[in-house]
Amino acid sequence: MTKYALFLGCTIPARQPQYEVSARKSLAKLGIELVDLPNMTCCAPPPLQSIDLETSLSIAAYNVCLAEEADLNMVTLCTGCFESLAMANALLKENENLKERVNKILSNAGKEFKGNKEVRHYLQVLMTDVGLDRLKKSVTKDLSNLKVASFSGCHALRPSALLKFDDPERPKIFDNLIETLGAKSIWYRNKLKCCGGLLRGYADDVALAIARDKIVNATKAGADCISTLCPFCFLTLDLGQMLMKSTFHEEYNMPIIHYAELLSLSLGIEPRELALEFHKIKLDNFLSKIE
Amino acid sequence: MAHGKEEKHALPFSKEVKEQLGGETITLCYQCGTCASSCPVAKITPKFNPREVIKLSLWDERQGILSGDAIWLCCSCYNCQERCPQKVEIADVIYALRNIAIKEGNVPKIYSEFANGLINEGRIVPLSKFVEKKRPDYGLPPLEPAGVEALRKILSATGFDKLQQKKEEAS
Repeated sequence: MTKYALFLGCTIPARQPQYEVSARKSLAKLGIELVDLPNMTCCAPPPLQSIDLETSLSIAAYNVCLAEEADLNMVTLCTGCFESLAMANALLKENENLKERVNKILSNAGKEFKGNKEVRHYLQVLMTDVGLDRLKKSVTKDLSNLKVASFSGCHALRPSALLKFDDPERPKIFDNLIETLGAKSIWYRNKLKCCGGLLRGYADDVALAIARDKIVNATKAGADCISTLCPFCFLTLDLGQMLMKSTFHEEYNMPIIHYAELLSLSLGIEPRELALEFHKIKLDNFLSKIE
Repeated sequence: MAHGKEEKHALPFSKEVKEQLGGETITLCYQCGTCASSCPVAKITPKFNPREVIKLSLWDERQGILSGDAIWLCCSCYNCQERCPQKVEIADVIYALRNIAIKEGNVPKIYSEFANGLINEGRIVPLSKFVEKKRPDYGLPPLEPAGVEALRKILSATGFDKLQQKKEEAS
């Protein structure tokens, strides 16, 4: 078993148990052990970076310290958490002055950032610890009828110099992982463009217009679903379609599926075990295409 | 070399931004507009254009930038930053501008809510009793407690908790 400290973040436990269930079940099936550590906090994503960058870096570093103390690398499900934590981890490892500045702050909480652990997104864990060959052999359901519009979201890819996740303009990892499950990963217009989610709560109309573009483009390309990695992208696109219905009187019924859910289904985990009732856009048609 | 030259002619506000964490690269901008053409928000609304935000900051339009709407309309997608030929860290510069605006008491309501969530619960998205109760039904382990106590020590060391008090006084 490969062991990781699981960083769960705020949005997943609060609103998307279906993401957590699918990630825990599928990763366990693939031999990845997730350890839940006490005393983690919010990762300090862009909304907090907007208030104070120094505090945000310190909070992210504090959470990495907890993994360091447990002598474990850390894995995130949420792309937003991945960005905050991996960015802080990389920045502090390469910038001694910044590390000193943050450690001075952390000393008040009895912590010291050492910089001896990695922060990984779970797709990286699938690539490195499981590997495409073993993943392919673990698939028991046929997904070959599915056309999947992958949407990695912004914060898995950018800023690429710090995150080092994939090529930010021509990413391949997510699409490879979809195709390894037997589904077809399709191209659609503006595939790498933002969902607008971070503007929700400040400029809802702008956020919804950006999200609408995503749904329209995936629909035009004939996708059976949009696959996401980030709970915030999920919310923006899934709940967002309810808002598109009330605001623009447009109904798309485009299923939004976290990759971990797609993975769970392909590994033969039963849909009824996956808390799928938390999806606003219902999945009955989508599920009927899998056998 | 060009960097040093710009430094000499930098106006007070750009110097202030450069000293703020995240704002260090602002004076490298030569206004090519790669950022604006990569921006998903600028395609939807004329209220936000990253090139304009940088230009007005470099032109010392401090008050207009800090009290205006534009700096809050960046969606933090980092597309511009990724593509900037001058390596201006545009999304980070915008965080720096927001950090300065907040210190001056210009705090959009939603950001106050995020800060309150952080201070009170250690989370910016509040837990739901309904979802938490259902965890065992889905075979999920109980949630570990958040490290609120340690977090508050960090917030007090950076003065973040005072920022929030200042906001409450202002409102």
